[in-house]
Amino acid sequence: MAKTYYNPDDLRKFGKITEWSEDLGNKFFDYYGKVFEEGALSAREKSLIALAVSHVIKCPYCIDAYTKDGLQRGITKEEMMEAVHAGAAIESGATLVHGVQMMNKYDKLSM
Amino acid sequence: MALLKSLSARKNDLSKPENQLAFLSNGIFKEGELPFFKDKIAKTGNYPLKPRKLEILQLNLGYMCNQVCSHCHVDAGPDRKEIMTKETMEQCLEVIKTTKAHTLDLTGGAPEMNPNFRWFVEEASKAGIKDFIVRSNLTIILANKKYHDLPEFFKKYNVHVVSSLPFYKKEKTDKQRGSGVFDKSIKALQMLNAVGYAQPETDLKLDLVYNPAGAFLPTNQQALEQDFKTALKEDFNIDFDNLFAITNLPISRFLEFLIASENYEDYMYALVEAYNSAAVESVMCTNTISVSWDGWLYDCDFNQMLELKVDSKVQHISDYNEDLLNNREIRISQHCYGCTAGAGSSCQGTVA
Repeated sequence: MAKTYYNPDDLRKFGKITEWSEDLGNKFFDYYGKVFEEGALSAREKSLIALAVSHVIKCPYCIDAYTKDGLQRGITKEEMMEAVHAGAAIESGATLVHGVQMMNKYDKLSM
Repeated sequence: MALLKSLSARKNDLSKPENQLAFLSNGIFKEGELPFFKDKIAKTGNYPLKPRKLEILQLNLGYMCNQVCSHCHVDAGPDRKEIMTKETMEQCLEVIKTTKAHTLDLTGGAPEMNPNFRWFVEEASKAGIKDFIVRSNLTIILANKKYHDLPEFFKKYNVHVVSSLPFYKKEKTDKQRGSGVFDKSIKALQMLNAVGYAQPETDLKLDLVYNPAGAFLPTNQQALEQDFKTALKEDFNIDFDNLFAITNLPISRFLEFLIASENYEDYMYALVEAYNSAAVESVMCTNTISVSWDGWLYDCDFNQMLELKVDSKVQHISDYNEDLLNNREIRISQHCYGCTAGAGSSCQGTVA
């Protein structure tokens, strides 16, 4: 068995998930492919969103995949890092906004 | 990373084509993780690969270059002394007069560094070839005073200039092609525009070549062309006609980079995964003959660098016979996956 939970080579094998559940796997990949096509948002914009989300959900496979995807699309490293900050800001904001809940509870409990 | 010397000057093992070919046939291919190119194209009914109508005659005037780009498949550089002689050029001219190819494509190295370059362009232009391409690295125009008038010279002979520019930003370009290359390339493009290249009032054509600055494949050619056009116009008031997106083939210095950066396997997986049988049908080797500086004939510039001469009775420009050559079988190896990935790749950009 591998000594780590994550193995970079596993990313290449992603498509194999269809082998154990062909119908659901294919439906997922069809959906996935469709999502990233040009639409109301450009494929370039979606790539940056995917990169930001990859960081927020801390998926190393996704980070590898969308860093490479961004390079292929000519997305600059400055744009990539700003996207990561956008994700990080939402994530830290989501933590901090709970501070209001803490403040509410504090006030409610206090005389 | 700009290298100071060619693989050849560094006596690197990969400077020998047989070592590159052995590397490309071992490992993941020998172990059966990925299919050999021959088996892959056989599965889609494309084996053996045969020429179609000859359209492009590509001549390599020598491996000498003023740059040492980190991805160069020619392993070109100032330390390379291989230069086409006038005698070989004369043999080429005989072929140019009778060829059915509509495009003559001069490449290198920096073809302009061949001492007989201008004489050869003058003579070749008399043959009335429809599309006469010179692949210029741009910086050569500013490398020395004797090259400053190249834009005028190209204009005089209605040369179609095809120039490499890895990216529309300085950092990536300089990283791949060497410090200062971007600024010089921009200046050279402005000089070409100034004499009328890519201007609406002339028919002087100026195309750019994009190749990825790293271990990844090029994206959609049209999207990239639009990005390049917008950025170069806004930032530098530069115009050009078309952008050719070219995939880096895993040979020579790019192969060295892939191995050293531990990207080789991922890159080969990406190429094989992106295999497109429609690209195989119009791949460059099916409409091109590549001639080396010493007159040998190859299916393409990449096979030239791997010293895979055409599989034909006719192997040298001195014995050139188009009909015989057209019956040959094209020589292939795993590097060919670079031309069949996605929308395909050739010296004229995508093919599918």
